[in-house]
Amino acid sequence: MSSTLSLKTEFIKGIWKENPVMASLLGLCPTLAVTNAANNGLAMGLATTFVLLSSSLMISALRNLIPHQVRIAGYIVIIATFVTVADRFLAAYFPSISASLGPYIPLIVVNCLILGRQEAFSSRNGIGRSLLDSLGMGIGFIFVLVVLGIIREILGSGSIFGFAILGDWFTPWMVMILPPGAFLTLGILIALANWYNDPSRAKERRAVS
Amino acid sequence: MSKMSLSTRMILVLTLITVLSGGILAGWDTITKPKIAFHRQEALKAAIGDVLPAHDTYSSEETEFGTIYIATRDSSDQPVGVAFMAMGSGFQGELRIMVGLSPEMTQLTGIKVLEQIETPGLGTKIVVDPSNKKDPYWFPAQFRGVHVSPELVVVKNAKPTQNNEVQGITGATISSKAVTDILNNQIANIKTVWTSRGGPES
Repeated sequence: MSSTLSLKTEFIKGIWKENPVMASLLGLCPTLAVTNAANNGLAMGLATTFVLLSSSLMISALRNLIPHQVRIAGYIVIIATFVTVADRFLAAYFPSISASLGPYIPLIVVNCLILGRQEAFSSRNGIGRSLLDSLGMGIGFIFVLVVLGIIREILGSGSIFGFAILGDWFTPWMVMILPPGAFLTLGILIALANWYNDPSRAKERRAVS
Repeated sequence: MSKMSLSTRMILVLTLITVLSGGILAGWDTITKPKIAFHRQEALKAAIGDVLPAHDTYSSEETEFGTIYIATRDSSDQPVGVAFMAMGSGFQGELRIMVGLSPEMTQLTGIKVLEQIETPGLGTKIVVDPSNKKDPYWFPAQFRGVHVSPELVVVKNAKPTQNNEVQGITGATISSKAVTDILNNQIANIKTVWTSRGGPES
């Protein structure tokens, strides 16, 4: 089934149609937890994409070697290795980001987005295709995290990527940087995406254009 | 490969993966370790500088309650302050606070929360309070000059009237109280160490 898709579709699907957060609701823990500021969302998205790409590379290369019975154990070791690499990289070169993301970087190991892609895709497809799939999914994940982070940061802190944009008149909405703000924003975003993707509306759009 | 029994293959492949993983991590660790240690050291130095009054150098000394950092000026042998780490439970997880005390052990010279996972927007005001635009660091800053005996006390919804009182954070009473509890506890420990050491003679 998936092998019939063109390479371009393989890449594009993760960004919108099969977006890991908006369509599959995968990887919600970091999505909800670290998006209280745009910077944090971006850093988490990049770290996850790095882990996704490197794990996909390894797992698609080893896919015919790993016995079916121990595949999950193998995948987890590979994923955990790259998560540790990313964690140490941030701690060594970006200590402030590392401090603000706290335990959420090590928790990428159990992000079901990553294990899900390995199980559903990289273990059945070649290296090139797996990398395209991971890159698309990664970009889709970064996109949602940054959008969520921007909305929550503007409303919750009056700033964007750390730069104050709203003046003193603005009273930050505390709820936006707390967990309920994450659920509210994500819920509204998914509702909007579903409304936009509604088949009957999509038909209308085609008719108009 | 196909002649091999399944269990041998499982063992071989998993061993290969874990050896590969161990190799990558060992190599990466040797590259990043010095940098991470350097950042830790810098953060510690910055925190000591923040909580102690103006000083030229400090020496560290191991005690049974952790390392203490004794600050001196070049002009005199008398210490100008003592810094140490205080740790304990906050609202959600461990708090690690750098504390500065006057050499007489009577007044705080400053505190700085180095690690915390308090509730964002409420408990995190123990570090910085973005909703108070004029003075976002009002909570940690008010500890400067506060007397430590009798023990520190948090007052709610009022300005402190005694010299051992600090104002609590509205909506984060537990976090505010956690800070003073941790300080009181560790200050008592450090006082005994300091007294047994013969006071501020070094």
